[in-house]
Amino acid sequence: MKSYDVVIVGGGPAGLAAAIAAKKEGIDSILIIERDNQLGGILNQCIHNGFGLHTFKEELTGPEYASRFIDQAAELNIEYKLHTMVCDISKDKVVTVMNREEGMVMYQAKAVILAMGCRERPRGALNIPGYRPAGIYSAGTAQRLVNMEGFMPGKKVVILGSGDIGLIMARRMTFEGADVQVVAEVMPYSGGLKRNIVQCLDDYDIPLMLSHTVIDIEGTDRLTGVVIAEVGPDRKPIPGTEVHYDCDTLLLSCGLIPENELSKQAEVEMNPVTNGPLVDESLETNIEGVFACGNVLHVHDLVDYVSEEAAMAGKNAAHYVKERYGKEVAKSTDVIDIKAVEGARYTVPTTIHLDSMADLLTVRFRVADVFKDSYISVYFNDERVQHRRKQVMAPGEMEQIILKKKALEEFEGLKTITVKIEKE
Amino acid sequence: MEKRELTCIGCPLGCQVTVTMDNGVVTDVTGNTCPRGDKYAREEVTNPTRVVTSIVKVEGGNLAAVSVKTKDVIPKGKIFETLEEIKPVVVKAPVKIGDVIVPNVAGTGVDIVATKNIAAV
Amino acid sequence: MYDIIVIGAGVTGTCTARELSKYQVDMCVIEKGDDVASGTSKANSGIVHGGYDCKPGTLMAEMNVRGNELLYELAEDLDYPIKKNGSLIVCTVPEERGKLDVLLDQANKNGVPGCRIIDKEEALAMEPNLTDNTVAALYVPTGGIICPWGLAIAMGENAAMNGCEFKFETEVENIIKKDGYYEVVTDQGTFETKIVVNAAGVYADKLHNMVSEDKKEIIARRGEYLLLDKEMGDYFSATVFPLPGKMGKGILCAPTIHGNMFVGPSATDIEDKDGVETTQDILDDLAYKAQNSYLTRTKLPMNKVITSFAGLRAHLPEHEFIVEEAKDAPGFFDALGIESPGLTSSPAIAERIVGQIQEKYNFPAKDNFIAKRKDVIHMEDLSLEEKNALIKEKPEYGSIVCRCEMVTEGEIMDAINRPIGARTMDGIKRRTRAGMGRCQAGFCTPRTMEILSRELGVPMTEITKKGKGSNLLVGKIKED
Repeated sequence: MKSYDVVIVGGGPAGLAAAIAAKKEGIDSILIIERDNQLGGILNQCIHNGFGLHTFKEELTGPEYASRFIDQAAELNIEYKLHTMVCDISKDKVVTVMNREEGMVMYQAKAVILAMGCRERPRGALNIPGYRPAGIYSAGTAQRLVNMEGFMPGKKVVILGSGDIGLIMARRMTFEGADVQVVAEVMPYSGGLKRNIVQCLDDYDIPLMLSHTVIDIEGTDRLTGVVIAEVGPDRKPIPGTEVHYDCDTLLLSCGLIPENELSKQAEVEMNPVTNGPLVDESLETNIEGVFACGNVLHVHDLVDYVSEEAAMAGKNAAHYVKERYGKEVAKSTDVIDIKAVEGARYTVPTTIHLDSMADLLTVRFRVADVFKDSYISVYFNDERVQHRRKQVMAPGEMEQIILKKKALEEFEGLKTITVKIEKE
Repeated sequence: MEKRELTCIGCPLGCQVTVTMDNGVVTDVTGNTCPRGDKYAREEVTNPTRVVTSIVKVEGGNLAAVSVKTKDVIPKGKIFETLEEIKPVVVKAPVKIGDVIVPNVAGTGVDIVATKNIAAV
Repeated sequence: MYDIIVIGAGVTGTCTARELSKYQVDMCVIEKGDDVASGTSKANSGIVHGGYDCKPGTLMAEMNVRGNELLYELAEDLDYPIKKNGSLIVCTVPEERGKLDVLLDQANKNGVPGCRIIDKEEALAMEPNLTDNTVAALYVPTGGIICPWGLAIAMGENAAMNGCEFKFETEVENIIKKDGYYEVVTDQGTFETKIVVNAAGVYADKLHNMVSEDKKEIIARRGEYLLLDKEMGDYFSATVFPLPGKMGKGILCAPTIHGNMFVGPSATDIEDKDGVETTQDILDDLAYKAQNSYLTRTKLPMNKVITSFAGLRAHLPEHEFIVEEAKDAPGFFDALGIESPGLTSSPAIAERIVGQIQEKYNFPAKDNFIAKRKDVIHMEDLSLEEKNALIKEKPEYGSIVCRCEMVTEGEIMDAINRPIGARTMDGIKRRTRAGMGRCQAGFCTPRTMEILSRELGVPMTEITKKGKGSNLLVGKIKED
């Protein structure tokens, strides 16, 4: 069986950044496995701009952002396989892949980095009643058809869900001559970035209806219309508020789900809130030498954060290969837990081994609701140690706290770090 | 006196900003919570601009279309003229990121450039 | 002039066509939909019923028990997905314990082999996720699960291999009784035939009434289902039923042959015979029942629902199958009221119809009848060596298109390029499972469309979800 030091599952922004970081840490034997026909992942279809402000201090489109990493990977001679599907990852880090040229082959990895990204929530999971005609697409599928394949999925469009891909597609479809009638969002706030609401909807007079959802789908062959109704605080439709829209296309932008089928095969423990692996300060899962980063770990708002996180995973995987692999060097069993409560939905990571922690550790999380004039508080055991005011926080955007290793070391008997949102 | 309502895009707060204008001159900005809101609102009412991204058809490439953008911002009012101008354009593969696809689009002085590499097949 | 026209390519129609294709007949199947199994046979529980709950002495009971036998037997030749996983009818209220004895007695009278009542301990040993309130259960070892469209596809393909013609997207508008033959008037022209087999599901009454004065009325009874992710597929290994009620066998929780789990069906009588939409009330009710099921040990997680769907059953008020030559229309053979256990009964109904036809017409048997047919290869079911051998022979088998169900380009090509092959996205889905997984075709739609377009030699814009009028694209970009 051929072996690699680091096998990276997924050649999108996370996989690329992880590979580059691992290489820079001195690992030469790296393999990226990508199922599509090019590197770059979903960025290749995100032709809009707004990527890279943090990483490159300029606004790039998705393909441009991807190409910077692809070029770098090429310069560093990082090996990759396209059109190749990872079929299985075992607990012992045997990675089984399949492609046309080689058939099904196995690779032994010293470390594995999970960077598979996420998928869109389909109609079925939303439980929208009605018929099952053609013309219902997840926003990302429509995005691929339009931007990569050059086809128009429809002319008269209703969008359900105000996730960023849905907002972006509202503008894209408008640019291609479609009539985008409305974006309905079941929650009382949008899941997308403010900027996208203004520049993708307001600019083109596309109404955003908050607390509204699609309650019926019409048309036996091709979609002919949908019914939208207002929902109450329980998110159930309010009778009498139904409005019918004629349309041939319904785009769904109702959330993203990390793609962790392979992680589960490798017996990686999952966080039920993020649907991603539980990881420690090194972004390492419960399976030694298996790391996770990017949208497979938790869904990010900005790709810049994906790149940053993935670089950490790559670096840590390299350290693992050099320092711990095959040696009796276990991480300390002294573990500090990070808990998200009261308004904070989750954190990544959820545990810290103090001895493996870098001097500064970024802990990312999301809030459960819209909070105005509130504080992000961090407690060490029962003592509040950070208290930062934020004018506004929304579930659509990631938040972060930074922990200093020194502060953790100096706090005697530190068992639990708690992150919460407080009014004062 | 003319009033315009805007949503500030500076941060997630999304302040509803009201701009008062007199003969095209901004006389007052209210509703913003920070200086960035003031700046955004003044620019947005006097000279709103956008980067436009779209795709252009490709012949003989590994993809049917290449993604493009305006190399710089263009006046918001020129968006649809820009789209009309690039609509019939067909380029031949290969295409490289940064290649000028349409120079001086819609008389804006801004070029349309490719944002994706397309290999010839 | 045809010898025989079969109207309807559901399980009844295709099983009958396959049985008839053993004989020297000039035959055609006419179907309104774009594919086999596009009506009632498409959306149902996919269960091979044992036959314990049919009233003894009825044709339904006879067909069910015989059909059950035939389904397992024919699967060896026709290679459709079927599994004998057993059925459990669970009593959860001590006062109703006696109903199990009634069912067992009925099962014995109907000739259902091997049935017995098991106590709580045995039931829980069999199904650890069964409710702790389990009192006892009837175990039906011959109960099974099957792919309903897989059956129709297998039967249809084999009939086509044996010379049976298929006309899809052809809707019957009228049937005119002539002297010793029939004119079948369709939207694609008029066809003459000596014999008609009416296997038109919920519309079988309409066709029957065109030629007979003995008027029938079929009621469309809609059943809605929730389908859960494969993660839930092994929650129960057997098909688990509550004690039956007036509207049918009740809401059950069962594994599907594809490894998912479903909850359903509901039962609502509706006016519209094409009314296969799901409804908010019923979906909510099913979700409620799934979370508060008196059959399961735990609440079923609603975030594991990957889709919901609805299907129609062709219900006759007398709740009995009518499988006979219409009394005042010689040569017109009816299959009326084929509701549950219609799927299980389909090969038996076919056997009965063909028996009746043969008794009267005695067509000579073919000497070159091809009895066997192989299913589309499913890469996932093969060993490593088999996979690699196949990829070497045809590299497309190494290229995964549907990531959730691990379906390759080779499998999709196979599904298209066979007798009555797939012509639509739904056709691909039913033959290969591509698009049936948890992402519900989000990823594979563009790729599958490309393969269909290439293999059929039609432009992308003509690719449909399920035939006429269901085009997926409206055009190319930058063109008006």
